[in-house]
Amino acid sequence: MTTAPTTEAEPDVDTSGPVRVSPPPPRYRRRPPVGTGLGLGTAVLYLSLIVLVPLGAVVWRGTRGGPDAFWRAVTTPDSWASLKLTVLASLLVAAINVVMGTVIAWVLVRDSFPGKSIVDTLIDLPFALPTIVAGLVLLALYGATSPLHLNLAYTQASVVVALLFVTLPFVVRTVQPVLLELDRDMEQAAYSLGASPGVTFRRIILPNLLPAMLSGAGLAFTRSIAEYGSTVLLTGNLPFKTQVAAVNIFGRIESDDISSAAAVSTALLVVAFVVLILLDLVQRWGMRRD
Amino acid sequence: MTKWFLRAAALLYLLFLLVLPVGLIAWRTFQHGLSPVWEALSSPEAVHAFEVTLSVAVWAVVANTLFGVGTALLLVRGRFYGKRVLGALIDLPLAVSPVVVGLALILVYGRFEPVGGWLERHGMQVIFSLPGMVLATIFVSLPLVVRAIVPVLEEMGADQEQAAHTLGAGRWQTFRRITVPGIRWALAYGVVLCLARALGEFGAVAVVSGRLVGQTQTLTLFVEERFQNFDQTAAFAAATALALIAVITLLLAKLLRPND
Repeated sequence: MTTAPTTEAEPDVDTSGPVRVSPPPPRYRRRPPVGTGLGLGTAVLYLSLIVLVPLGAVVWRGTRGGPDAFWRAVTTPDSWASLKLTVLASLLVAAINVVMGTVIAWVLVRDSFPGKSIVDTLIDLPFALPTIVAGLVLLALYGATSPLHLNLAYTQASVVVALLFVTLPFVVRTVQPVLLELDRDMEQAAYSLGASPGVTFRRIILPNLLPAMLSGAGLAFTRSIAEYGSTVLLTGNLPFKTQVAAVNIFGRIESDDISSAAAVSTALLVVAFVVLILLDLVQRWGMRRD
Repeated sequence: MTKWFLRAAALLYLLFLLVLPVGLIAWRTFQHGLSPVWEALSSPEAVHAFEVTLSVAVWAVVANTLFGVGTALLLVRGRFYGKRVLGALIDLPLAVSPVVVGLALILVYGRFEPVGGWLERHGMQVIFSLPGMVLATIFVSLPLVVRAIVPVLEEMGADQEQAAHTLGAGRWQTFRRITVPGIRWALAYGVVLCLARALGEFGAVAVVSGRLVGQTQTLTLFVEERFQNFDQTAAFAAATALALIAVITLLLAKLLRPND
C-alpha cells in the first residue's frame, strides 16, 4: 500500500519537467503579451478614420453617378490627356530606372572607388528631400537660367526628369541586396566553362536579378503616377502638354469640381492597385525561384 | 573596359540628376553671402511657416509612433483573423497620390455631410486648419514607423518577453523593460524617417491647408509661394534649409539603420 504511491510518484516527478514546460506556449499564444482586442480595435479605428474611410469616400464620390458619369469625368479632354501623359511618362521612367538603377546597384556592389560610401548614401536623398525642393533644384539646373543652357522647363521632358529624380532609389535599393547575396560561384563556373561576360550576365546574373528589378520598377511606377510636388514648378502644368494627373486633380479641387476630382482620383487609385497586385505576383514568383 | 563604362554611366547619371541640381541650389542660396539668407529666413512669414511645420510634424510623428509601435506588436505577436489584410492596408498610403490624400480628407472632414457638416456645426474646423494638416501628414507617413519596427520584432522573437512574463512581469513592465530596449534603434530609425517625411510633405498639405499665408503655410508651401511671387532669395533659402534637414536625416538614418 505504501510502496505503490512512491513508485507512482517517482516517474511522475521525472516526467513533469518536460511536460510542464510545453503547455505554456499555447496559453501565451491564446493570450499574447499585448492587449490584442483593445489594441486591434484602436489600430483599426485609427487606420479607418485617417486612411480607409477617406479613401472610400473618394471612390464613392467618384463612382456614385454610375459608370457613365465616371467615364465621362475621366475622359474629359484635359483629364484624359493628363492621365495618358502620367501613365506613359511613368512607364518610360520605370524603364529608365530598370536600366540605370541596375547599373548603379552594380557599380555600388561590384566596383570600388574612393567616395563610394558617399554615393551610396546620396542615393536615398530623393526620398528625404521634400518634393517641392526637388522641383526647385531641377529647375535651377534645367530651367530658363540653366548654366548648361539646357532649358527643359515646361516641356514633356521635364515631367520625365522630375519623375526620374523622385524615383531614383527604388530599383537601386531593391537590386542592391540581391546582388550582394548573389553567389559568385555560379559566375566563376560560367567563366571557367568559356562563357563571355555578356553571356554570363544574360544567362546567370540577369535571371537572378529580374524579380528585384521588376519590383523596383513597379514601385517606381506607382510613385510616378502619384507624383505631384516635384512637377509643380518644373513642368508649368500646361493642360494637354505637361499637366500630370495629380495636378489635374488639384485644379479640379481648387475650382470646386469635387466629383470629377474624385473620379480622376479613383482612376489613379485603380491603376496603382492593379500595379500593386502585379507586384505581389512578381514577388511570389521571385520567391518560388529561390 | 566594361567596368569603366558602367562606373562612368552610374556616376554621370547621379551627377546630372542629383548632385549638380542640389549643389547648384546651395550655391545660388549662398552666392551673396549669409546675410540675405538669414534675413529671408528670419522674416515673420518664414518663422511662422517654420513653427507651423514643426507643430504639424510633431503631432503627426507622436501619433504615428504610438500607432506604429502598437500595430507592429500586433502584426508580429498577435494572432487574429485578417492579419495579412491589416499588413497590406498599412502600406496603402505609399501608393496614394498626395493630392488624392488631400481630397479624401476634404470629402470626410470638409464641409460635406455627414461627418464634416456635423463637425462644422459644432464649431470644429478640420480642413483649412491645423487638425486637417496633421491628419494629412499622419496619412502620408503612416507606414514608416511600423515598417521600421516589424523586422526587428520578428528577429527578436517572443522568447524574452515570455520569459519575463513567466517570471511575473506585467504586460507594461515586459513592454518597457524587454520590448522597448530591443527595438529602440529601429524605433529611432522609423521616427527619423517619419519626421523627415512629415517636415517635407507638400501635396497633401497644399490641398487641406488652403495655403493661407501667415496662417496654415508650412515651410514647403512657403517655398512654392515665395518662388511664384518671384522672391527667389527666400524660396532658395527655405529650400536649402529643407535640403539640410534632409541631409541630416540621411546621415541619422544611415547611423541608425538596423543590419547595416
